[in-house]
Amino acid sequence: MSILIDKNTRVLTQGITGKTGQFHTKAGKEYANGAACYVAGVTPKKGGQNFEGIPIFETVKEAKARTGANVSVIYVPPPFAAAAIDEAVEADLDLVICITDGIPVRDMIRTKYKMIGKRTKLIGPNCPGVITPDECKIGIMPGHIHKKGPIGVLSRSGTLTYEAVGQLMEVGLGQSSCVGIGGDPVNGLKHIDVMKMFNDDPQTEAVVMVGEIGGSDEEDCARWVKANMKKPVIGFIAGLTAPPGKRMGHAGAIISGGKGTAQSKLEAMEECGIKVTRNPAEMGKLMKSVLK
Amino acid sequence: MKIHEYQAKEILSKYGVRTLRGVPCFSVDEAVAAGPTLGGKVWVVKAQIHAGGRGKGGGVRLAKSPEELKSLAGSILGMQLKTHQTGPEGQKVRRLLIEEGADIKKEYYVALVVDRVSQRAVLMASSEGGMDIEEVAAHTPEKIHRVTIDPAAGLTDAQAEDMARKIGLPADAVPKARDLLKGLYKAFDETDASLVEINPLILTGDNQVIALDAKMNFDENALFRHPEIVALRDLDEENAAEIEASKFGLSYIELDGNIGCLVNGAGLAMATMDICKLYGGSPANFLDVGGGASTEKVTEAFKIMLKNPHLKAILVNIFGGIMKCDVIAQGVVEAARQVKLSVPLVVRLEGTNVELGKKILAESGLPILSGNNMADAAQKAVNAVKKAA
Repeated sequence: MSILIDKNTRVLTQGITGKTGQFHTKAGKEYANGAACYVAGVTPKKGGQNFEGIPIFETVKEAKARTGANVSVIYVPPPFAAAAIDEAVEADLDLVICITDGIPVRDMIRTKYKMIGKRTKLIGPNCPGVITPDECKIGIMPGHIHKKGPIGVLSRSGTLTYEAVGQLMEVGLGQSSCVGIGGDPVNGLKHIDVMKMFNDDPQTEAVVMVGEIGGSDEEDCARWVKANMKKPVIGFIAGLTAPPGKRMGHAGAIISGGKGTAQSKLEAMEECGIKVTRNPAEMGKLMKSVLK
Repeated sequence: MKIHEYQAKEILSKYGVRTLRGVPCFSVDEAVAAGPTLGGKVWVVKAQIHAGGRGKGGGVRLAKSPEELKSLAGSILGMQLKTHQTGPEGQKVRRLLIEEGADIKKEYYVALVVDRVSQRAVLMASSEGGMDIEEVAAHTPEKIHRVTIDPAAGLTDAQAEDMARKIGLPADAVPKARDLLKGLYKAFDETDASLVEINPLILTGDNQVIALDAKMNFDENALFRHPEIVALRDLDEENAAEIEASKFGLSYIELDGNIGCLVNGAGLAMATMDICKLYGGSPANFLDVGGGASTEKVTEAFKIMLKNPHLKAILVNIFGGIMKCDVIAQGVVEAARQVKLSVPLVVRLEGTNVELGKKILAESGLPILSGNNMADAAQKAVNAVKKAA
C-alpha cells in the first residue's frame, strides 16, 4: 500500500509540450511502472499529436475519457496554471498535482473556491510532487534516491524533502510515499490531510514531517497527531534563523505579526508528542531511534 | 512588492476611498509650494519610506505656518529615519507627502489580508486605530473583528455595514464607511494586493470617514499583469544586493552573519542557515539558486555574496535532483576562478551525478573543502571562520 498514487495510477500531463512538462514526463515514464502509468498529455491546439508515444489531447475531459487517466500533473506556466487546475477539477479527476511555482494568490483563492463540493484533491502548487517508490513518480524529484519501505515523508519543501529521504536511506529506511505539499499560502492538501492518509495506510509505520516558517498548518497537524495518530511522527522545521517580515523564497515562508516562527512550531509539535530535531542533518537518525 | 503611502492613496482614491488632499514632494521647494496649493492653515509633513512606525520615529510632523512647513520639510527630507521596521541604520527619506490638516474625532484600524486558514481574503478592523495593531492583537484580541470574504460575492453591503457598527462608528457614518470598505476590497482584489492597511482610518468632527494613512503590498507572482504597479517600484527602498540577485532569478536576503550560504531550494536554504547557527556560526545570507542553476547564475551568486564585507566563508549545499551535481561543480569551479575567491569555500554535493561532481571539484586544483554531508559541511564552514578570526 501507499498513499495518493501507486503502480495502478494513470497519469495525464497538463502542459506536456513545454520543456519542463516533456522532461519530467519522460523521467516519470522511465521510473518503475511509469511506462504503464503515463497515459496521456493535454495541450490545447496540439490534440492528435503524441510525445514519446503518449497521446496528446485538447482537453482533460477528453484525455480522461479516452485513456482512463485519474491523476493529472501540471507543468503549465503560472499565468495559466490555476485555469489548468480548474479544468482537471471540472473533469472529476481523483487528484491534481500542480508543480508550477509562481501562481498569483488571487487565482488560487478563486480556484479553491471552485473546488468546494468537488471530489478532486489538489497537491501543490509550487511543490515537488508525489512519489511512491518503486511504483510511480509524479513530479520533479530524483527517483533514484528513493526505495520502497515503511516511512511516510511529508513536506512543504522540495530539496529539503530529498535531504530527508537521503538521510532515511543512510539509516536503511525506505519510504511508503513522499508527498511535497508545496510552499504557497493558498494550496491544496495541508499537513493534516496527508497525515491522516499516512495514519490509515497499512504500509506506513512512521512519518517524517518537514515544515517551514509561516502560517499554522504544522501546529494544526500536530494537534491532530496528538489526538489521533497511531504511529510515531518525527519533525523538523526550517527557518529558526529566518528574520521576521522577509519572504524566504517560498511565498508562504514568512514570519508576520510575530506568528509562524520555527520556534513556536517546534514547541507546538513537541507538546503534541512529536519528536523534533533542531538539526536538519539528524532527521534520519531521529527516525531510526524512534523505531527501535 | 511595497509602494509608498502617497502612491497607495492615489490607487485607493480611484476606488472611491476618501483620502486627504496631498502633494508628493521631492524637494523642500516643492514642499513649500504645496502649502498654498492645498490651502488651509496647517499641513502635515509625512516622510515617505516603505517601513512603518514613521510617526514614532519623527517622520510625521504638523506644520502650523509656512515657515514651519519649510523647516520641517528641510529636516525630514534627507534624514535617516529609524523605526522598529527599518533596523538600527534607518532609511533615508527621499520623498515627502504634504497633506492638509484634519479634524480627527476618533481613529480606527482597517486591513485586508489573505488568510491561510480560510484560504480567502479577510477584512480586519478595530476601534483601536493609530496603535501598533500587533500590540492590540497580543493584549486585547477581542477588539479586532474579522470577516471572511466570499471570492464570488466580494465584500457585501451587509458585511461592510456590520463591520462599521462593530468598530463603533456612529450610525450616520455607517453608509460612508460601508462604501469606503467596499472600495478597499475592490482595490485589494483588482490590484492583486497582498495587504491593504489603513491605520488610522479616521472619523472627523463632521462625521466624515477618511483614510489618514495607507499601506499596500502586492503579490509578486501577479506583477506580470500589473505594469502600472511595477512602475511604482522605488529601488531606493530596497537592498541593492537583493535587487541585483533578482535580476538573475536568485532569491537572496542579506543577514547579519558571516557564512555565505549558496543552496538550491528555499527549504534547504533555510535549513542550511539553521545548521550553521546550531554549530556556533552565523549565516550571512539566504540564497536560493532555484531548480535550474546555470554556471552564470552560480557565478553571479558568488559575486553577490562576496560583496558583503562581513563574509568570512562560503558554504555551498546542493541536493541535486533535476540539477546535476557535475553541472553545479563546474559552475562552482568557474565562479571561484572568475571572482578570485578570497574566503574559504566548503562544498557539499549530493544527488544526481554526485561522484562526477566531486571529481570535478577535486581536480580543479582550487582550495575547496569538501563536505561529506550537510553536518560535516556546516561544521567545516564554521571551523574555517573560527580559524580565520
